[in-house]
Amino acid sequence: MSGPGPEAGPSAPRTLFQKVWDRHVVAAETPETPAVLYVDLHLVHEVTSPQAFTALRERGLKVRRPERTLATIDHSVPTDDASWANGLGDMDLSARHQVRVLGDNCGRSGVRLFGVNSSRRGIVHVIGPEQGATQPGMTIVCGDSHTTTHGAFGALAFGIGTTEVGHVLATQCLLQRKPRTLLVELEGRLPAGVSAKDAILATIGQLGVGGGTGHVIEFRGAAVSAMSMEQRMTLCNMAIEAGARAGMVAPDETTFEYLRGRPMAPAGDAWESAVADWRGLVSDPGATYDRSVRIDVSRLRPQVTWGTDPGMVMPVDAHIPQPDSAGHRKALDYMGLSAGAPIAGQPVQLVFIGSCTNSRLGDLRDAAEVLRGRRVAAGVRALVVPGSQQTRLQAEAEGLHRVFIEAGAEWHQSGCSLCIAMNGDRAGAGQYVVSTSNRNFEGRQGQGARTLLASPATAAASAVAGAVADPRPYLEQQRRRIA
Amino acid sequence: MIEPFSVLHSRTVVLPVDNIDTDQIIPARFLTTTQRSGLGEHLFADWRRDARNRPREDFVLNRPEAEGARILVAGDNFGCGSSREHAPWALLDHGFRAVLSSSIADIFRSNALRNGLLTVAVDANTHAWLLGNSGAEITLDLQACELRRPGEAAVGFEVEPFARHCMLNGVDPLGWLLSRADDISRFEEARACTP
Ligand code: SF4
Repeated sequence: MSGPGPEAGPSAPRTLFQKVWDRHVVAAETPETPAVLYVDLHLVHEVTSPQAFTALRERGLKVRRPERTLATIDHSVPTDDASWANGLGDMDLSARHQVRVLGDNCGRSGVRLFGVNSSRRGIVHVIGPEQGATQPGMTIVCGDSHTTTHGAFGALAFGIGTTEVGHVLATQCLLQRKPRTLLVELEGRLPAGVSAKDAILATIGQLGVGGGTGHVIEFRGAAVSAMSMEQRMTLCNMAIEAGARAGMVAPDETTFEYLRGRPMAPAGDAWESAVADWRGLVSDPGATYDRSVRIDVSRLRPQVTWGTDPGMVMPVDAHIPQPDSAGHRKALDYMGLSAGAPIAGQPVQLVFIGSCTNSRLGDLRDAAEVLRGRRVAAGVRALVVPGSQQTRLQAEAEGLHRVFIEAGAEWHQSGCSLCIAMNGDRAGAGQYVVSTSNRNFEGRQGQGARTLLASPATAAASAVAGAVADPRPYLEQQRRRIA
Repeated sequence: MIEPFSVLHSRTVVLPVDNIDTDQIIPARFLTTTQRSGLGEHLFADWRRDARNRPREDFVLNRPEAEGARILVAGDNFGCGSSREHAPWALLDHGFRAVLSSSIADIFRSNALRNGLLTVAVDANTHAWLLGNSGAEITLDLQACELRRPGEAAVGFEVEPFARHCMLNGVDPLGWLLSRADDISRFEEARACTP
């Protein structure tokens, strides 16, 4: 289904990004007008779509390609069993209205919806890949900034606003200026107990939260090649936290193995020809990038944030840095932390394992490895929220839920939950939360709540310790116990 | 349809904080709406009001001199984070027509321009001047792409040419995209034929 676009054909070596871009140019950009870029897959959720459907209706427009549109509910739905047991009867009225409006909009326009009663619903960036809808070489957009997640498959995937959601619904196209490219090479092998989450937090720490603005990041290098698809998704998910438009990883055997047999992936002969095509989606030797950085991860330590943006990050066994700007002082003040103190040992009240960054099966396994046979500390509430209903089922089939429940953690239904705190799950003012999500902004997890971003293993270790904790000793002990 | 924008003359309000994310501009708990109106009330909700919903006197938007100002000057990397278009909707609903910073996050800029909220990234010196002169009466001339300040030389700025065209003339980008429907159909047909 992919063919060369009008801009294809130059013999100059091209980056992965350029190849995907070229395939989707409907009309080339000019000094006066942006490119018209075709969108292969449009993901939709309840929070950023209602005004777009309304805009279409007001102008008498239809959804141009409902078959290229896939909707689910995730942001505003509760994740606790009690809410589901009473049929979402206690759900916030406006949130419930929003969910109903999405159902109506999808019904009217023929858009497929994994809704309230679907076993395929979940966080939009978890279900796209899980269902095989996300594929290499595609352009994928969604009214959500973490759409960058899908770039892990070698897709060009980015977040858009609601007006542009309307553009895509009506025309299947977007007006886009071509972004610049930034190569991030992650060299070396991640040490035991150090994950893709730690690698991306350290990368954001180095680039800064605005360091990727205007760029599409391509992640490459030995550490990336060795990563599972889930880990690559964690990496690309947080490209936006460096301000980047998108993050991408070239597809390889790991990608194809992940996709093979998924419900919406090509099958039979179509599978073979798709894979043959996808193999071409790598940056050509000699292709150039506007910028590049190289990070050796072989000595990386588990990372944790100490401030109010994801770039304010440090190794978990280090001391909180001295503030070097008004912004740092403001952040420390909000966080109630003191420069020079160790971050490990800082008491926490909540632990959240979930979100589109870290809620997939591999993430849950990482957390379970630490929690197996241990207890969540007294006074700590730990929520484990799988990214999708399918992930939940798979985790239960492996018995992971028993590990969590026996440890005293809560095992939830899928959704965005405490990542965004607009669905009933929220932290109280002043509470410290070790969270596997992606944003430690002021108030993100509840008014006055203080978020420390970390990996699933670090979050689990912190739940057991009742304080920020380095997961490595816990994992080491676990390994010895098994041996 | 957006209101055409040509020359804006206004006092500034200065929020000298870097990396202001869209969660601060409009917290997520206000996103369960299905409308785009009425969000100005919740603009910077957690900075404007304390936990007991009382106005924080020291927050710049609560001060009398902020009244009627239509230009917001902010620290670096304004509008980072979530793609929520509720952020420019809230700024516009409050009465702002322009945001100035040393850099503007990509998705926010795109959302803002589509709604007629002008975003301008200025050089470091101009930015420092703006941060240091809260309440200055300045002019943003989109026709000339020029920022004029009292007692200072005018400085030029860049706005993506198509967005500028749309803002100056009240052109709706969706209408323009729809006018390319034949190109889109041809593209779809060509792809369907490729093995
Ligand atoms: S999990 Fe968090 S970051 Fe991801 S889509 Fe949901 S709200 Fe956004």
